[in-house]
Amino acid sequence: MAEKMLAGVLVKVNDEGYMEDASQWNPEIAKEIAKEIGIELTDKHFEVLNYLREKHAAEETLTIRKVGKSGVVANIKELYTLFPKGPLKFSSKIAGIPKPASCV
Amino acid sequence: MKKLLILGAGTAGTMMLNKLHKELDLDEWQLTIVDQYRTHYYQPGFLFIPFGIYKKQDVIKPKYDFFPSGVNVIFNEIDKVVGEENKVLLKGGQVLQYDFLIIATGTQTRPDETPGLTDQLWRKDIFDFYTVEGALALHQRIKNFEGGEFVLAITEVPFKCPVAPIEFVFLADAYFTKKGIRDKVNITFVTPMAGAFTKPVATKMLSQLLEEKNINVVADFYIERVDNENKQLVSYDERTVPFDLLTVVPVNMGNDMVERSGLGDDMNFVLTDKYTLKSVKFDNIFVIGDAANLPTSKAGSVAHFAGEILMENLLSAMEGRPLTAKFDGHSNCYIETGFGKGALIDFNYTTEPLPGTFPLPGIGPFGLLKNTKVNHYGKVLFRWIYWHILIKGKELPIEADMKMAGKKRVES
Ligand SMILES: Cc1cc2nc3c(=O)[nH]c(=O)nc-3n(C[C@H](O)[C@H](O)[C@H](O)COP(=O)(O)OP(=O)(O)OC[C@H]3O[C@@H](n4cnc5c(N)ncnc54)[C@H](O)[C@@H]3O)c2cc1C
Repeated sequence: MAEKMLAGVLVKVNDEGYMEDASQWNPEIAKEIAKEIGIELTDKHFEVLNYLREKHAAEETLTIRKVGKSGVVANIKELYTLFPKGPLKFSSKIAGIPKPASCV
Repeated sequence: MKKLLILGAGTAGTMMLNKLHKELDLDEWQLTIVDQYRTHYYQPGFLFIPFGIYKKQDVIKPKYDFFPSGVNVIFNEIDKVVGEENKVLLKGGQVLQYDFLIIATGTQTRPDETPGLTDQLWRKDIFDFYTVEGALALHQRIKNFEGGEFVLAITEVPFKCPVAPIEFVFLADAYFTKKGIRDKVNITFVTPMAGAFTKPVATKMLSQLLEEKNINVVADFYIERVDNENKQLVSYDERTVPFDLLTVVPVNMGNDMVERSGLGDDMNFVLTDKYTLKSVKFDNIFVIGDAANLPTSKAGSVAHFAGEILMENLLSAMEGRPLTAKFDGHSNCYIETGFGKGALIDFNYTTEPLPGTFPLPGIGPFGLLKNTKVNHYGKVLFRWIYWHILIKGKELPIEADMKMAGKKRVES
């Protein structure tokens, strides 16, 4: 485990830069992580991030499909437009929640 | 008489029926189990059928071979559960009342959920091995495969037995090597996840196996459709993977009966308290096996470990006591790696697979996250254990809670 300065806060992150404590998150931190990935955050991005954080807090398993059907975005394509290449992987990172993983 | 009803007579339902038959006072409790089919499948064996290692008869037995005497058995389709009225409706209008209900209806593959998957190439050049029909048809095709793009693709998570697709490409590598045509076959593993392995320690210990075996990994590939004309997979971000022979793990969903009952999530998995194994909606409904939306593997071994916890909590609930047993998500899976070797993983909700020995600390005989011959025998033995111990609800010399003894914490 390492710590990283993000938006003036010392944030706990893992080797891949995912936040280890979702409660440390704030929108400014999100913007900095997004910038590293190459994404400029809009209100729509924040709607997705808030949805992810809510579901994560409720211990629900997140999938691309679930976000695509959530109504927060119109469809999976839109999710890809917002977070190109790895929509769930990158949106989770920016939302300050763990990387989606399987058991192994 | 009080009524205990089990929905689904697969791995988990059959196991619970046998456990309850031993535990409950049968003068007081009437046990009933419902399933739509009469054949019990040893699903872990499906993996070996495409490569001619197992035949159909190795993986099927009649379900009634495993039902204890004196229980009611109903072969019919379950329509829905009406939790408010403690009753279950079956197809054709039959109504079953219950005092306690166990849902064990598992998960099914839904190839129809992926556009183009079941079009003209389905079961010609496109197969699955999660059904016995798919595995048998694939065996016929693989036998005649002379070379080209051999692709395994995962369509969606979660799916049962998360290691099965990795084992599948390992076995394919061994199969084509033995056949002398490995140099003509390009094996590719396509996954919507960030890699074939996603947990740090397992990635470190096992991903070199993929490299050694010359298996390509295409990660973060979320399939939008299968293009039958051009024989390629197309992702949502418009990348493509060409195939000559495609094997898919179709979308896995809980049974539609869960949706009709209003008990599930968007994938029809029953909303379940991950510690007590009780439905979040009704106090007299419990859930076990693949049907539950637990954040652990969907595997027979998980059902086995959960079974002990469920038994304890069910007895508590029947006597009006609080539910004190807590499931930790314990899972234990052999990973067949080909050429008579295998690896083994053991983990739970909070601890990722770690290296070490199992089940005896320092002794083994099985090596965790190691590729050994002994682990392969573990997998071979699993079929015997499955038929003779697991679904009969007998004890194994492994505790329900995961143990840290014998494991090494490592830096990833
Ligand atoms: C290829 C493959 C390899 C695997 N390898 C392993 C392994 O190595 N180790 C391991 O531990 N696990 C493995 N598994 C997973 C294991 O087989 C499952 O996790 C286990 O069988 C789940 O048991 P279950 O009782 O929850 O579901 P199932 O055994 O699938 O049973 C569900 C039952 O419910 C019935 N049912 C569902 N809906 C209805 C309805 N509406 N009406 C009537 N009946 C209904 C079905 O007919 C079925 O009999 C593997 C699975 C596959 C496919």
